[in-house]
Amino acid sequence: METKKTIRVLVAKIGLDGHDVGAKVLIFWLRDQGMEVIYTGLRQSVEQVVEVALQEAVDVIGVSILSGSHVSIAKKLMKRIHERELDDVLVMFGGTIPKDDIAALKETGVQGVFPSHAKLEEISAFIKDNVKRQEG
Amino acid sequence: MAKKGETEVRPVVSILGTPVKVSYGPEDLPDFDYKEKLNDPGEYPFTRGVYPTMYRSSLWTMRQYSGQSTPESTNERFKYLLKNGQTGLSLAFDLPTQIGLDSDMPLAEDDVGKLGVAVDSLEDFERVFDGIGLDQISTSFTINATAPIILAMYVLVAKKQGVDPKKLRGTVQNDILKEYIARGTWIFPPEPSIRLVGDLVEYCNREVPRFNAISVSGTHIMEYGADTVQSVALAISFAEVYIREVLKRGSTIDQIAPLLSFHLPIGGRNFNFFEDICRLRAARRFWAKLMKEKYGAKDTRSLQFRFSTGGMGGGLTAEQPLNNIARETIYAMAAIFSGTRSLNLACFDEVYAIPSDLAIRTSLRVQQILANETGVADVVDPLGGSYYVEKLTDEMEAKIGEILAKVEADGGMVKLIESGQIQRELARQSYEIQKRISSGEKVLVGVNKFKVKEEERDLEIYKTDPQTINRQLERLKAVKASRDKGKVEVALKKLEAAARAGENIIPHLFEPLTEKATVGEIIDTLKLVYGTFKEPTTV
Repeated sequence: METKKTIRVLVAKIGLDGHDVGAKVLIFWLRDQGMEVIYTGLRQSVEQVVEVALQEAVDVIGVSILSGSHVSIAKKLMKRIHERELDDVLVMFGGTIPKDDIAALKETGVQGVFPSHAKLEEISAFIKDNVKRQEG
Repeated sequence: MAKKGETEVRPVVSILGTPVKVSYGPEDLPDFDYKEKLNDPGEYPFTRGVYPTMYRSSLWTMRQYSGQSTPESTNERFKYLLKNGQTGLSLAFDLPTQIGLDSDMPLAEDDVGKLGVAVDSLEDFERVFDGIGLDQISTSFTINATAPIILAMYVLVAKKQGVDPKKLRGTVQNDILKEYIARGTWIFPPEPSIRLVGDLVEYCNREVPRFNAISVSGTHIMEYGADTVQSVALAISFAEVYIREVLKRGSTIDQIAPLLSFHLPIGGRNFNFFEDICRLRAARRFWAKLMKEKYGAKDTRSLQFRFSTGGMGGGLTAEQPLNNIARETIYAMAAIFSGTRSLNLACFDEVYAIPSDLAIRTSLRVQQILANETGVADVVDPLGGSYYVEKLTDEMEAKIGEILAKVEADGGMVKLIESGQIQRELARQSYEIQKRISSGEKVLVGVNKFKVKEEERDLEIYKTDPQTINRQLERLKAVKASRDKGKVEVALKKLEAAARAGENIIPHLFEPLTEKATVGEIIDTLKLVYGTFKEPTTV
């Protein structure tokens, strides 16, 4: 019964970073893969993003950060997600992320980390695999 | 010699969509008039360069972008770069400073000191330039929405050092339009923002005449998705918006145009050595004619299309990062053949983080090797006269004209930004390139061809000191404790009144800054008058 459900993704820019073409490229790609994608626009707070995720009942939150503030933002985001009981939502981070930080991000509960050189195909495959698994 | 049909010839299409021949000859340039199309370097229409002797008289300025964490560490890095032979400084600010937030304001916390130096008050700025005589250097500031404040601070630091502001040399980016498209550090809506750009140009014209009051940028829109030619043509369309704003106030074209310079990309995902060079040669000719014929400029400096170039990070790869040094070397050569006045090269580790000292030094050394060991800077416009180069330059000039005509036909640049149309179109282009790279149609060495298993672990990555924010918060607290709050409020009220009256606000920034008002307080005051930009839907 879940197999026909369209995957809903929220692509978010948290913090002050204004570089969003990567986020937009991902949005175009995920839509071409049949997903529904909402974009928050720039300069969102963790609280705003979690509220939108709640209202829009998304399956995935993808956060794009190129400013180097990914780890501190991830900690706040995962805490808020837990407070709002959205633990089922798949959370991914992408952007300028050094290799050393991938483990730090995963420790906060982020499930997928995709540095800026990640392939679009990897990202959509990761979403499909992991959203399905959670529903399964 | 191969006859037709005997040898397979790889098809090549230019960025303009035209087929590229195997070789070019006289038939490609019928009726070529040297004086009209090229003329000597330093002569109208400046196709070959804006100065007659170019690098034989003075090399391009080697400028590596720097600035991080605290004012002290930025000051240290500046001194390190000057000691290593760098001839100009370029200052990066953290995002809160660029967006007009103090380090203690909501949303700022995660970004304090991350991408550049944190400047909350004049004291911070004084520390950045401690021990560096402002009459001895030129400084480039990557600052836009808060550019009026930064320029005012620079003037105040100069005065404190006993340096006449009329002697200050450097550049403020002050190009707000591209922020709405690509970089996102806008604060106010376009209309008042353009007015502020005008304020700064007018002020510099009067008081800081050796400063470039605007550096119109094509680099960020290229990272965002603009192609090689669009990155130049759209920058010219931004410049026209600013020119019209200042003309409206009664300045003449010859008062404004000499204060404009451009910062244009070389390299990136669309890089083609000859196309990148030719569109810059074409831009010089296009600009000279535009200024002369459309705006009636008479001063030679108005007709000279002066630009610095940035070797693009967008073409660099995370895979096999040392390959990026080779890429940047070729970009630098293209920039030199284009006649750039200043060059900043992206660093080989930039895909991962802010560049390390080693990576910055390597980019500087690439420039020094080209300048000192290779002879590429010995002759002005050495490609001039090549059948291929001149043909391509003609085509590029025509394309720049077409792009600008289309912008006007669509209602002008400001309307394209407010509706989100330009953001949408360029993002879409970026997506199309990405798909071509994914499919392997567009080759990226080390990414989709010639791959090896190589890990990032060999690179030493620069890390921001985690104590930065605490130090910055303590300092801000101390500044606030040491000032006369009443005087700050009075100064800010005066600023607000001047903004409401539509006066040039730059002269009204000195009092609040001297009374230790913060960047965030000044911007909040101006928001009361100008409002805040609301992003249109772009995807």
